[in-house]
Amino acid sequence: METLKDIQTEIVEEFEMFDDWMQKYEYIIDLGKELATIEEQYKTEDNLIKGCQSMVWLHAEKQDGKIIYTADSDAIMTKGIIAILIRVLSGQQATEIISADLSFIDTIGLKEQLSVTRANGLVSMIKKMKLYALAFQN
Amino acid sequence: MLDINKIRAQFPILNRKVNGKELVYFDNGATTQKPQTVIDAEANYYANENANIHRGVHFLSGLATDKFEETRNTIQAFIGAKHNHEIIFTKGTTDSINLVASGFRTLLNKGDEIIISEMEHHSNIVPWQMCCEQSGAKLKVIPLLDNGSLDINEFDNLLSENTKLVSVTHISNALGTINDIETIIAKAHNFGAKVMIDGAQAASHIALDMQKLDADFYCFSAHKMFGPTGVGVLYGKEDSLNALPPYQGGGEMIKEVSFSGTTYAELPHKFEAGTPNIAGVIAFKSAIDFITELGVETIAKYEDELLQYATSEIRKIEGVKIFGTTQNKSGIISFNIDGLHPYDIGMIVDKLGVAIRTGHHCTQPIMQRFNIPGTARISIAVYNTKAEVDVCINAIKKAKQMLS
Repeated sequence: METLKDIQTEIVEEFEMFDDWMQKYEYIIDLGKELATIEEQYKTEDNLIKGCQSMVWLHAEKQDGKIIYTADSDAIMTKGIIAILIRVLSGQQATEIISADLSFIDTIGLKEQLSVTRANGLVSMIKKMKLYALAFQN
Repeated sequence: MLDINKIRAQFPILNRKVNGKELVYFDNGATTQKPQTVIDAEANYYANENANIHRGVHFLSGLATDKFEETRNTIQAFIGAKHNHEIIFTKGTTDSINLVASGFRTLLNKGDEIIISEMEHHSNIVPWQMCCEQSGAKLKVIPLLDNGSLDINEFDNLLSENTKLVSVTHISNALGTINDIETIIAKAHNFGAKVMIDGAQAASHIALDMQKLDADFYCFSAHKMFGPTGVGVLYGKEDSLNALPPYQGGGEMIKEVSFSGTTYAELPHKFEAGTPNIAGVIAFKSAIDFITELGVETIAKYEDELLQYATSEIRKIEGVKIFGTTQNKSGIISFNIDGLHPYDIGMIVDKLGVAIRTGHHCTQPIMQRFNIPGTARISIAVYNTKAEVDVCINAIKKAKQMLS
């Protein structure tokens, strides 16, 4: 298993290859399309992160001591961003997730690329992922 | 014939770039941009005229008061009100509706009914829900038809002797529908009900004549008609306003205060407690002057040309569905594209310099009615051009291509 830090470095390198926002957006859209969808049974009100603009369902479970996340969104770019977060955090230990420094988001320019409302959505997604890890820690 | 270049030259913000592209601003339903005259009037008040109004004997206070009251007179003329004290300054449309809902609550009894519609902005829903909760009155809702107009037959069924107030929007912010409020007002009056009209989307797009319209209350916001934010108007017929208790207590709204009892000031001051947004109100006059000089009817005609052009162009994009398809529409196009989320579209066109609104537009019941998460909305103002429509349509096409 790659460490959380290795995966972040990989993602930063991938984003460095893009010359402009359009390529970056297209990549995020592709990631969104490729994200394995969440099982219907987990698309519950409890798992819903309600934003002003789009909805996100996030489910987490513990397998062999690791946290596995699945998620979905009705907006494809939101889904692409979740895909990036899942790639970094899913399959890691709870303690790793809780203490994860996710500064790569700034490095790849996601925060600046995204509007304030979307950036806030990103923050609440990370918060919810960390909260799940906290709940599964014991 | 409007000289659009000359009009555009009055709006400094239209020269700026966004994300490296020329700004194309199609979010006028949310707020319009401001002409230099409005910006100057606001700055000039603080630079040369600043004083509190209706209070001082000194020169500046008199000057500020005169200019503040000049805006009231300008608005009286602009909307054809009978008296200038029928114009109440508020913080905005939302504040105006809350003022009436809060006062009307005291006039209601259990069993009384208020009628609103399914196309209302949340600010014309929630205050009435609160009003009903506190008074025991019942809230009834005129449903929407598939084309985004109101079901007037159903309105007839809802009206009864129990109806005390009807509050509907003049123009739907999410659909663009222009409601036949003359008919709604006449029908409601037949049952002795008062009528409030939310004119937020209408005031700079439709010529208003309160005495002809016969609405009991009508409200709008300065910022949606080229004026400053934080200023709104509540128009009310003299007797309808007098029937309401004061909204907020404080300075300015009293005749005499003592601990054995306070008497309230006459209209309009009864509803204008505290120091108002003096700079904003004064600058609002410049916004009304801007509209009046062009002529509301001329503006409406030009906006309609743009609406027809934009509608026909956007319909050429495969998979586009427009919400709000009545004949009688204002310059708003609310749409979705098959299989795409409106937010994704908005994000990409923003990168191309185009500002549109996406989401539920504070009208969640409409979204529930059409079973959609939201729409993308283009809303037009007089400074927009055909060339900008083209840029916008091309941006939408690009978004579609990237997202499909």
